[in-house]
Amino acid sequence: MTQFDVAVSAVEAALAAGARYADARVMHRQYESMSARNGEIENLTSDENAGIGVRALVGSSWGFFAVPTLSDAAARDAGARAAAIASASASVPGPAVDLVPTAASVDSWASECLRDPLSVSLSDKGDLLVAATAAMRASGADQAEGLYQIWDTHKWFVSSEGHRIDQHIRECGAGISATAIGDGETQRRSYPSYRGHYGTRGWELVEELDLVAHAPRMAEEARALLSAPVCPEGTTTLILGGEQLALQIHESVGHAIELDRILGWEAAYAGTSWLDLARIGALQYGSELMNIAIDPTIPGALGSFGYDDEGTRAAARDAVREGTWVGVLAGRDSAAVAGLDYAGSVRADGWARLPMVRMTNVGLRPGPHTLDEIVAATDDGVYLETNRSWSIDDKRLNFQFGTEIGWEVKNGKLGRMLRNPTYTGIGPVFWRSMDMLSSEIVPWGTPNCGKGQPGQVGHTGHPAAPARFTNVRVGVRA
Amino acid sequence: MTELDVAGQVLDLVKGAAGAQTEAAVTVDRAVLSLTRFANSYIHQNVAEDTTTVRLQLHSDGRTATGTTTITTPDGLRGLVERTVQAVELSPPDKGWPGLAAPMPLAGASRVDADTAAAGPAERAERVRSFVDAAGGMETAGYCRTTWLSAAFANTAGQTAAGECTEAAMDGIARHAGADGVARHAATALSDVDGAILGARAAAKARASTDPVELPPDRYEVVLEPTAVADLLHNLAFWGFNGKLHAQRRSFAALGETQFDSSVTIVDDVLDTDEMGVPFDVEGTAKRRLVLVDAGVTRAVTHDRRSAREAGAESTGHAIPGSSSFGPIAVNARLLPGAPSAPTEVDGPAVDSSVAALVGGMRRGVLVSDLWYTRVLDPKTLAVTGLTRNGVWLVENGEIVRPVRNFRFTQLYPQALGPGAVIGIGGHPAALPGSWAAERMTAPALHLASWHFTGGASG
Repeated sequence: MTQFDVAVSAVEAALAAGARYADARVMHRQYESMSARNGEIENLTSDENAGIGVRALVGSSWGFFAVPTLSDAAARDAGARAAAIASASASVPGPAVDLVPTAASVDSWASECLRDPLSVSLSDKGDLLVAATAAMRASGADQAEGLYQIWDTHKWFVSSEGHRIDQHIRECGAGISATAIGDGETQRRSYPSYRGHYGTRGWELVEELDLVAHAPRMAEEARALLSAPVCPEGTTTLILGGEQLALQIHESVGHAIELDRILGWEAAYAGTSWLDLARIGALQYGSELMNIAIDPTIPGALGSFGYDDEGTRAAARDAVREGTWVGVLAGRDSAAVAGLDYAGSVRADGWARLPMVRMTNVGLRPGPHTLDEIVAATDDGVYLETNRSWSIDDKRLNFQFGTEIGWEVKNGKLGRMLRNPTYTGIGPVFWRSMDMLSSEIVPWGTPNCGKGQPGQVGHTGHPAAPARFTNVRVGVRA
Repeated sequence: MTELDVAGQVLDLVKGAAGAQTEAAVTVDRAVLSLTRFANSYIHQNVAEDTTTVRLQLHSDGRTATGTTTITTPDGLRGLVERTVQAVELSPPDKGWPGLAAPMPLAGASRVDADTAAAGPAERAERVRSFVDAAGGMETAGYCRTTWLSAAFANTAGQTAAGECTEAAMDGIARHAGADGVARHAATALSDVDGAILGARAAAKARASTDPVELPPDRYEVVLEPTAVADLLHNLAFWGFNGKLHAQRRSFAALGETQFDSSVTIVDDVLDTDEMGVPFDVEGTAKRRLVLVDAGVTRAVTHDRRSAREAGAESTGHAIPGSSSFGPIAVNARLLPGAPSAPTEVDGPAVDSSVAALVGGMRRGVLVSDLWYTRVLDPKTLAVTGLTRNGVWLVENGEIVRPVRNFRFTQLYPQALGPGAVIGIGGHPAALPGSWAAERMTAPALHLASWHFTGGASG
């Protein structure tokens, strides 16, 4: 019995139990991670999970059931139980549910991978982390940590509309961090970003990072931060590094344009959105330099796929065009509620979780400048790099970020290093103040996006480059 | 086949594949998790899963590897063992290996409610119906969740353990004129979760939040409701009482020092009647009541076997999956209440009479329902930023006088609870469900002398 056969059985059972639509995802995922500290391996984990998740629509109510057993009987039971759960949902009913049309694709898709990360020997991978953390330790880090993670996922998707899609997505990435411990505080420097950089690529991504070469600088900067002046408090011109801007996009644009949040479906937990669908196409989100794309087709970016978990083929579209809000991340049912004609942004964290609206790759199109030009054009401000903390309200308006490191910018040049930098603001005010944007786009990968109940962890990509913002409040402290 | 049978089966496979000298520990968790979610006052997501996860840790020839699988067929278990044996052979040396837990008795049993273990979607939907109806036409959102967990542990040192527990939880908001009110409750039995009471509470808060005013950012005296205090406990447990971070000097905790107000006692105790969890950790160590803070004095931090070895201490039974990386966590932390009181429902936004009593003692300050999106700026100082959510009110002369717009705060959590900083502790500890991990924080309300609101959250 093939995985497709199992999925078909589940869908058939859901339909037989009263569903008017059903889909099923059989998934098999291998996950491997290794962490090292101070030149020694600390943890090696190798996980494997497989199962089937079935979604059933009975009338206008949804149900979902998941089980790790891939037999015909288990699949049929799961399909029937998904339909039974959907029937129970109808006791607290909502509006009619429609699904926007999507082509019933029969296809196969795989992410590009030059060097299978699971085939690289554990000892080679361990040696890399040991060398990088030992180098940080030798250069003054009190705690030197390194981590890589690998996901190898096969999916088989079948729907009652005729979808039959299999995908093989390989993801990996790595990062290092050095912590210096002072009397009253700690300072951390991470490379290439906090928790590392990830993509839908092979081990070549990790090799390109060249962790060992960057290790000494991380340790030296962490140590130097302990005695650096504190980032002054006030309102100033702010330049953000690309990695930090990627998280800024994630939190203050990506989540805000999730259609389920806009519709109130996440109101009790993740929150809603400040965006009002009545203003799509007219609302000024940011300055004219702000062009944000939703693009799951970017080769190698962490939010890339061939089809989403509803069987909608990956396609690029604009979310913000020259500062105007024009698009959302949508699923088939949420799009129908909103009167939109596109979906394509629904994914689940494994077979045991319900597919829901998730970011794919949400990021900036290139600007006309370079970081050097931005710094040179700034008389007075700060340049902040590498995320340390992030917090944003439930409407995705008020944010406060801390970064690991900052520098004064005076008369077009980087000056003193600054410690404990923070900045805060209101999303649209902040984005409207963006007056310079670099062309040096990197598709930063975020493997830890939390959403949903039960909790789901999403993998998202965020093309971003350094940019400048004016009149930003910095230096907030306890 | 029981979970303990599966664990034994895996140990047998290990002996065949890796020899008798290999140290092995197996954890088998079967979780039946069901969650009925509602928004815009109807059920929009309704899910259930029945998943068994087998976790195998091997140590051989100075090397360690861990593997997990959800495939519990004979081939799946064999695959787990072969994969983990191969991994341990290829792994770099592990100099911090702490050895296996020796045989030890469990200190108690966890609690199971058979009806909750067997609860179906109709019973959860019934609570949702009650919550929605009690909100009197307001828009509502939230969830009703039931969980049954059956866990077993076995290792080659001879330690075995098994246990099961149930959890029922409801967490919801009511929305009125742009304002939200929250109600949240966790219990062992679904029969103790009353959707009508929770819906009415959430609605009362939302109703009392209409037309909020903006207050200037400043340091304010506060009463934090239990839903907000749970966030303090979570962050103190994760960053402060974490034995790994403590050993690495990345925690504020200083054993034997008076770091908190004398009214503060914090314990971790899965064996308490209100708690959720099994009485052993993933390394097989029996859990016991652990006093983290006793009358203001920091007395202990949590350890798994690895962090305990590094610190020269004993494991406190706080190993969880991943704790070798991020450290052992007190997932059943409780702030002990002030003078115990039986809470009663009250009019207005305070969650109950024990909160109202603290509000009555506040000359001028702010009543906070919930803290949201809290993130740590520096683990050593436990400087945290976040926002208020789901209801904030100005209090003057012991009376709630008007709703207030949400604040952003940036606050040193230990300082907020420091000597002389705690004006009062509520008499009723509320059991609160965790959002992500299998965590149960139990907290009374807190009246604190100062909380640093650093900005407004309005756009």
